[in-house]
Amino acid sequence: MPGVTHVQTTINGEEVNFLCEPRQSLLECLRDVVGMTGTKEGCNDGNCGACTVIFDGRIVDSCLVLGVEAQGKEMTTIEGLATPEGLHPLQQSFLEQAALQCGICTPGFIVAAKGLLDQEPDVDEARVRHWLAGNLCRCTGYDKIVRAVLDASQKMK
Amino acid sequence: MVSNPAEANIVLSEVEFEVVGKRPIRPDGVDKVTGRAQYGADINLSGLIHGKVLRSPHAHARIKSIDTSKAEAYPGVRAVVTAKNLPFASLSKEDLGGDYMRLKFASDHVLASDKVLFKGHPVAAVAANNPHVAEEAIKLINVDYEVLPPVLDVLEAMKDDAPLLHEELRTTSLGETSEKPSNIAAHLRYEKGDAEVGFAAADVVVEKEFRTAAVHQGYIEPHNGTAFWNTDGQLSIWTSTQGAFAVRGSVADVLRQPVSKVKVTPMEIGGGFGGKITAYLDAIAALLSQKSGAPVKVVMSRVDVFEASGPAPATWMKVKIGATKDGKFTAVKAELSFEAGAYPGSPVMQGMMCSFGCYDVPNGLIDGYDVVVNKPKTAAYRAPGSPQAAFGVESVVDDIAHQLGIDPIEIRLLNAAKEGTRRIEGPVANRIGLVECLEAARDHDHYKKPLGPGQRGRGVACGYWMNRSFSSSLSMTVNYDGIVTLIMGSVDIGGTRASIAQQTAETLGIAYENVKPTVVDTDSIGYTFITGGSRTSFATGWAAIEAAEEVKKLMVARAARIWDTSEDDVEYADGVIQHRSDPELRMTFKDLARQLANTGGAITGSANVEPAGEGNGYAVHLVDVEVDPETGKTDILRFTAVQDAGKAVHPSYVEGQMQGGAVQGIGWALNEEYFFDDKGQMMNSSFLDYRMPTSLDLPMIDTVIVEVANPGHPYGVRGVGEAAIVPPMAAIANAINGAAGVRLNSLPMTPGNVLDALSGDGQ
Ligand code: FES
Ligand code: FES
Repeated sequence: MPGVTHVQTTINGEEVNFLCEPRQSLLECLRDVVGMTGTKEGCNDGNCGACTVIFDGRIVDSCLVLGVEAQGKEMTTIEGLATPEGLHPLQQSFLEQAALQCGICTPGFIVAAKGLLDQEPDVDEARVRHWLAGNLCRCTGYDKIVRAVLDASQKMK
Repeated sequence: MVSNPAEANIVLSEVEFEVVGKRPIRPDGVDKVTGRAQYGADINLSGLIHGKVLRSPHAHARIKSIDTSKAEAYPGVRAVVTAKNLPFASLSKEDLGGDYMRLKFASDHVLASDKVLFKGHPVAAVAANNPHVAEEAIKLINVDYEVLPPVLDVLEAMKDDAPLLHEELRTTSLGETSEKPSNIAAHLRYEKGDAEVGFAAADVVVEKEFRTAAVHQGYIEPHNGTAFWNTDGQLSIWTSTQGAFAVRGSVADVLRQPVSKVKVTPMEIGGGFGGKITAYLDAIAALLSQKSGAPVKVVMSRVDVFEASGPAPATWMKVKIGATKDGKFTAVKAELSFEAGAYPGSPVMQGMMCSFGCYDVPNGLIDGYDVVVNKPKTAAYRAPGSPQAAFGVESVVDDIAHQLGIDPIEIRLLNAAKEGTRRIEGPVANRIGLVECLEAARDHDHYKKPLGPGQRGRGVACGYWMNRSFSSSLSMTVNYDGIVTLIMGSVDIGGTRASIAQQTAETLGIAYENVKPTVVDTDSIGYTFITGGSRTSFATGWAAIEAAEEVKKLMVARAARIWDTSEDDVEYADGVIQHRSDPELRMTFKDLARQLANTGGAITGSANVEPAGEGNGYAVHLVDVEVDPETGKTDILRFTAVQDAGKAVHPSYVEGQMQGGAVQGIGWALNEEYFFDDKGQMMNSSFLDYRMPTSLDLPMIDTVIVEVANPGHPYGVRGVGEAAIVPPMAAIANAINGAAGVRLNSLPMTPGNVLDALSGDGQ
């Protein structure tokens, strides 16, 4: 049996400690060890973006990061976007624009879009389509997702 | 910049309502944008352990023996099961009689007993304290296989000397059963008039053969199933499914349990499109739970999803249409051979029903063949069977239009099915909206705009799906604060909580926000058919309307009791209960709700319905493409989807269905295919190699919702989920033909295939 490692990390502004095996991905640690299931698994091989988190300021597929790599890092997951005051503008826009059908891809899209708007408040359709190309949605055909991100970028100005 | 949504999404309404037709925020929305919603794989139960499935590495082999002893002895392993643990193993042919084959197929699909029939076929499963240990343990199971030659193509499988998948399978052909075993499970036929007479009267006849590759539904959430089989015999299942009752039924069937011993809780579902009706993992999780005494969760990997859950069938088709020189069809003919996968049951019958569903034809003959091959058993995928058939039919219709020099929309209008048209398989159309959809497409800005420079083409195609009804159960309670809580058995896969709540609010004359819908488990509501076939907003909506009407009656009765008057003196209108002659006696819905407490308690209305009157669905798509002559790559420049929704209950989610269906169709047309080697190994079982469209591959998908009210529903609702995926493949093929002058008769139309066609190498 592989040994376990103690990992101390910051998730959504809170210090979190967990034990993990070297073979466990960050996605698995978030979902099965820490118990935060908002981050979704669609493929476990970096091709769908359902597991997107912001990791030290960059968006990553958490299925491609090892749990032990989270040591000393800061990350934002979908659970970290809303505040007691209300939803993040992206979340609000996704609701208003009906940008989700089944919703399994939604956490990944919202986190990825936050990664974009945090860096580039001014975006157009082409930029949004390019940025979100690593996130698959099979339900919506992307139209309403792209509109929701553009709408949120307006709201956030 | 993004095009203006007001122009991009048009709704052509006939009738307006208060709540139906508006775009409120969905009730489950906040949970889904915050990551709180609980999907199947998110469940955690006290003492939960994890299961993994050992799958066949061969597409066709006999299982000589399975040795699980090493896996059982592996530290951390809690249970190991094989087909021997299924009740079928201990039932004899004599016990089962006429049910033998059906149960054998159902049980073997869960865990193979004597043969494996596709790469990925489950042969054993392990439950362990953690998923990695389970994964290690399945590798310790020793299966001795006798590898057999696989049959991987529908036409090969139909040959007399093809290797047989099932020695016991006989062909049912037009009511007769064959003597000899065969891979052809069924031969079906529909006929109207006399096709040969019709072709003889034609001025132009076009006949072509088509092929389409197997494609996957591609939902982002992998299959999952969690089970706990309690010592009192009660089996509980939590799973992502389109139909909790369907899972209950199939689990109870293969485990030989009464249905009421099985409780299925449908978790939030991350897409299905028809692919999450079959219960792949639930019975396995149940067996592992029974053996270990713990709750067991099993989740598929993406490779498992591709290799072992149902794709839509690959097909071979031959389509023939004859027309007069004015463009009027005189006869049509089609032969459809569909790969069912490892077990019989492809949607060839639906393909036959849909093939000429857009047209009013005097003479027609359609033959269909359901054929087993060594590939995963196919499953429904949005309008099952119709997209493949439409690829052939709509391509031939386009060729006829070209040959006769008639505009492609005009030839379709000339032959369009309308109210009173008798389809080849028999039914006569009610009021339908195909003509209106074609006219909306013809009059759309998209159809009028010149294509611009470059190798560009514009394609048109129609699509048809009958739309379904079946049973729905629903119940609603008026709470003392005036909020109506509504419980239903229909799983919400893309906004039906909203569309059912809207129909409820409309019927009761109250605000949408005052209706609170919940999807419940199989013990809490009556039998409800799957969410699929474009039935939920129609049939469960109907149940909501009926239950709301009951609530209205009970509210009237309660008011009469409070006012000490006869019920006949009280009326209910627009959410207000009032005395017919005394204007002083008047209560809003909320006022009366507040008085329920001491006047008889809460009020509940419920309904179990199987409404007739489903309204057929039609879609027309316009697409502009550009073909790169050097690479053969096709780019989608503009796409407009037109569809008759009857009445769009929530237009945003209707648009979403139209856009999502169109994009799945674009993937089916241009990229997606199951690619097998000659041993039946799928070579592209990841999202990297099985390439679904990304946001970068697409333009906005413009929509026109046409509303030709379905006379069979109080608000005119038709289903919308299916027809949306039917036209794109043919529309794109027709556009490529316009752009590059090559007609592609097989899917997908990858850059390589387009290049081959351009260089005259054929396909
Ligand atoms: S689960 Fe990580 S990219 Fe798909
Ligand atoms: S909403 Fe279902 S995958 Fe995106």
